[in-house]
Amino acid sequence: MRLGVVESARLGSCIPVSGWGVPLIEARNLSKRFQDKKRGEVRAVENVTFTARPGQIYGLLGANGAGKTTTLRMLATILEPTDGTAVVYGHDVIEQPEKVRSSVGFLSTATALYPRLTAQEMVEYFGRLNGLDEATLKKRLDAIFDRLDMNGFRDRRCDKLSTGMKQKTSIARTLVHDPPVMIFDEPTSGLDVMTARTIIGFIKECRDRGKTVIFSTHVMSEVEKLCDIVGIIQSGKLLTEGTLSELREKHGEQDLEEIFVKVVAPLYVEPEAK
Amino acid sequence: MSFRNVGIVYRKELREALRDRRTVIASVVIPLFLFPLLSVGFGALVSSIVDKTREATPKIMVIGGDDSPGVLGSLRATPKVEIVPAAPNWKDLVVEKQIPAAIEIPPGFDKSVVDQKKLEVTIYNYSGDLKSDIAAGKMDTALKAYREDVVKNRVVAQKLSVDVLEPFKVTQKNIAPPEKSGAALFFGGFIAYIVVFLCFNGGMHPAIDLTAGEKERGTMETILSSPISRAHLVFGKFLLVLTTALSTAALSVLSMGISFALVNAFHAKTIQAGSEGPALHIGVGAALSVFIMAVPLAVLFSSILLTIASFAKSYKEAQTYIMPMVFIIIIPAIAAMLPGVDLNAKLALVPVLNVSLLCKELVIGTYHWNFIAIIFTSTCAYAAVALFLAIKMFQRESVLFRS
Repeated sequence: MRLGVVESARLGSCIPVSGWGVPLIEARNLSKRFQDKKRGEVRAVENVTFTARPGQIYGLLGANGAGKTTTLRMLATILEPTDGTAVVYGHDVIEQPEKVRSSVGFLSTATALYPRLTAQEMVEYFGRLNGLDEATLKKRLDAIFDRLDMNGFRDRRCDKLSTGMKQKTSIARTLVHDPPVMIFDEPTSGLDVMTARTIIGFIKECRDRGKTVIFSTHVMSEVEKLCDIVGIIQSGKLLTEGTLSELREKHGEQDLEEIFVKVVAPLYVEPEAK
Repeated sequence: MSFRNVGIVYRKELREALRDRRTVIASVVIPLFLFPLLSVGFGALVSSIVDKTREATPKIMVIGGDDSPGVLGSLRATPKVEIVPAAPNWKDLVVEKQIPAAIEIPPGFDKSVVDQKKLEVTIYNYSGDLKSDIAAGKMDTALKAYREDVVKNRVVAQKLSVDVLEPFKVTQKNIAPPEKSGAALFFGGFIAYIVVFLCFNGGMHPAIDLTAGEKERGTMETILSSPISRAHLVFGKFLLVLTTALSTAALSVLSMGISFALVNAFHAKTIQAGSEGPALHIGVGAALSVFIMAVPLAVLFSSILLTIASFAKSYKEAQTYIMPMVFIIIIPAIAAMLPGVDLNAKLALVPVLNVSLLCKELVIGTYHWNFIAIIFTSTCAYAAVALFLAIKMFQRESVLFRS
């Protein structure tokens, strides 16, 4: 067996897995609370513990408001955990957030492009912020633009790009510093089928190149297509995780949706309107 | 502090700002063209309206006076005035601005003058109406001239010299240098007001665009996922807001200098500059001094704008928060224009008012070095606090991800 089933951190057991390389993402009792005027203290994420390894896609599956985005934002150091921590590529998210961000490519539907920059300027900007020198940056840029077939619109302003072109530019932006860890937060949400396929293809490519990939979604088919390990999250708690076959075996269901409902139903609450 | 990262952010923000029509209009077009339009254009327009009204020949109704050809003849002899008989509804006509003014001459006026009886002539006008005021003024002048003639004739009849009427003369001479006259002081206050207002206005749009605008467009999360520290990010953004605020201030001073030079050259009459020489000009030294004092003020404004705007979720929300700030900034700048409000040790510590009062003095060439030191230091201190708050604001997750 390539992977052992890692039980929910809620239950306090964590069985090490083997078969891939050293974990590049280790979330350790990751928790996030925040104050809400109406609801008081909200526990967005509670004691989430998991690991993700090179050449592996870890899928975080959950309904809206389950805590996926908050978890991934903590891994990308956009938010700071209130308790627990995570180590990404050997760097602690609390102690060395800037080093963590240098090791991560973060892509979500909320990571938009600067409308008044061209596609090339956008990617260059992030390359420079990641500390690339001009010679390396030029080489990277040419390679990425060739690979993603972006040369036709590299000098076009981002506000003039089609959705597909924008997604390619976003991908180029996350790739420019060649990060070993890729974090995707519902990257296909709201996209048409063709654009979503580009993203899915890109995520697979990241895995094939040996990157550690973590990917959140609420779309079952994407999980089935992509994920080597699936973690189901609800109400900020990681309820179960394992390979698809392990989850099927454990929960006695073949259909992922049925497994998801079975796991999530006891804790499910309708997300509040914003 | 990594100047490399700050520089990268600054250059990117500058590039975007130069491609943003709203920033270019607020920071370049308005300061460059507002003053020529306001001073030369508006001044010329006002001047031409006043000149036309003065040159016009108003019809003035005279009530009574049929038995007094002397005074009536004197009124008729007044240049550029047409004396017409009174209509029964002359009061309504004045109120409805159909005629600019009317004069009521008491019965038996000429005879009463000869008999040396006390008389009262009344001019009726619509106060505040330019045409009416000018017409009434012409009548007032004509009647006073007629009265002087009457007095002179009486003196001559008594075989006295007319000099008896004026045992001594009183003259008032302004010995203040023309560049420091009251008009120049007001002009200095006006320049300070414009610099303060445009400095704030110039930084307003970029500050909102770079914070609340980024949240709204979804680029905030993108940039926060890059390795740059939040302090560097804020500093880069702050420098861009400062650049636009300062460029607006600099261009406005330059544009005012050129505009008023043009006014002095071609339309000296259009502005009440006083009769003792052209006061409305900004020397290079004064312009530079005003600009230097505007630097800490621009730092203060940029930091305040960034702090407030970064709290907002959207561009519109940020505008709602910032609009009241415009009044808070403008009121001390207007107060500085008021006559009698001068720099003192206490006022030197009041933000905005202190720089406005100082700029007013700098424009007329007065340098109070002790006040300059206090104002520069205090404004720098306020600016540093505001910048610190802006950085703190950017480090608060509850602010960055407000929903």
